[in-house]
Amino acid sequence: MGGHFGSDEHTASPVVGRALRLGIGGPVGSGKTALTAALCRSLRDELDLAVVTNDIYTTEDADFLRREAVLADDRITAVRTGACPHTAIRDDISANLDAVEELEARHPGLDLVIVESGGDNLTALFSRGLADRQIFVLDVAGGDDVPRKGGLGVAAADLLVINKTDLAEFVGSDLALMESDAARVRDGRPVILNSLRTDPAATGIAAWVRSVVPVAAP
Amino acid sequence: MAGTDAALLLLADSRLPAGGHAHSGGVEPAVAAGAVTDVADLTVFLRGRLATAGLVAAALAAAACAHAAGPADAFDALDAEADARTPSPAQRRAARAQGRSLLRAARATWAHPALDALAGTAPHHPVALGAATAAAGGGPGDAASIAAFTGVTGGASAAVRLLGLDPLAVNRAVAGLAADIDAVAARAADAARGPWAELPAASAPVLDLYAELHAGADLRLFES
Repeated sequence: MGGHFGSDEHTASPVVGRALRLGIGGPVGSGKTALTAALCRSLRDELDLAVVTNDIYTTEDADFLRREAVLADDRITAVRTGACPHTAIRDDISANLDAVEELEARHPGLDLVIVESGGDNLTALFSRGLADRQIFVLDVAGGDDVPRKGGLGVAAADLLVINKTDLAEFVGSDLALMESDAARVRDGRPVILNSLRTDPAATGIAAWVRSVVPVAAP
Repeated sequence: MAGTDAALLLLADSRLPAGGHAHSGGVEPAVAAGAVTDVADLTVFLRGRLATAGLVAAALAAAACAHAAGPADAFDALDAEADARTPSPAQRRAARAQGRSLLRAARATWAHPALDALAGTAPHHPVALGAATAAAGGGPGDAASIAAFTGVTGGASAAVRLLGLDPLAVNRAVAGLAADIDAVAARAADAARGPWAELPAASAPVLDLYAELHAGADLRLFES
């Protein structure tokens, strides 16, 4: 990685008067949808929230969230990305912005809108025009050398989640190595090890989300 | 003419952040139906689409651009003409989604009374494109050219992604349609000088049916 991300912090502070927009990105199968469902369950009683999913195929992720009944149906919207999931969160955010704004119009007073990316590669990064903050999700089964290799998502996301840690012993991934490699490329930005098997509420990640959502005006 | 204004080239650029990348212009359902399998099929499909939906869109864009040059006024009547020429509800939704996105991109880029007049609405894409072309300093002929051209290039790009076609061969095929695109644009700009009710209304029933089938399909990558 030759990139310098030190000056690339999100300076666009959450806008007062609208929901915080939280992007969740990461490779296919890293557990983005399950994490989104866990965050909805953990936060829905204290935050007014909604979700936009970006699917490569069909509306599978939105259907999963509806089946799991983590939120009311009208709080979940699916966006199609024309076979280019990274384009829809980075180069041309139109469809996602439209979806977010429709949710905001339908549910005045939303605190948080989660935009879950379609599965993508390690260079995918949410545009600041779409997400105020972003989480990048890796899983241990994807290889413990991924944090060392870096990539825009790994290095620059506001929070890196190393997911499915319960699988590490079975796939031979070195969690300590992943964590230290991640810390090195991330210049101090937070990393959370997560396993929904042992912590279905995603406690640490939910706490981080609480810390970045501005307190709603009374 | 010294050349095309850079501002107008922006509107014809496939990287314009106006939502076009998620729409296939009917190519995805055509691929699903087995009607488009290679570059030769694609060329035939694009030529047919250009002569029908492409001509209608180009004429509407030219009319909107001419209208935008006058005092800022409602585009409702022209938008209704677009509705009348779009029998498929799925295509209407897709056209309005793209119009809304284009309007957002145009308003973020240029200030113009016509864009203000459309603010807060989701016009048909050609209506938004005509207003955006005026805002970028272009005339009805430019709007028709951009509409006809992007209608072809959008579908071509979708085919590359859906079928893994050789992008060089597809680019050559699009270049082979250049004279047709110019002719359609000229015809559309000419028609836009007349009353809106007389604008071209070429129909492509297969495209309408494809659009409806596509909207209900389980597996699809594109919005339309």
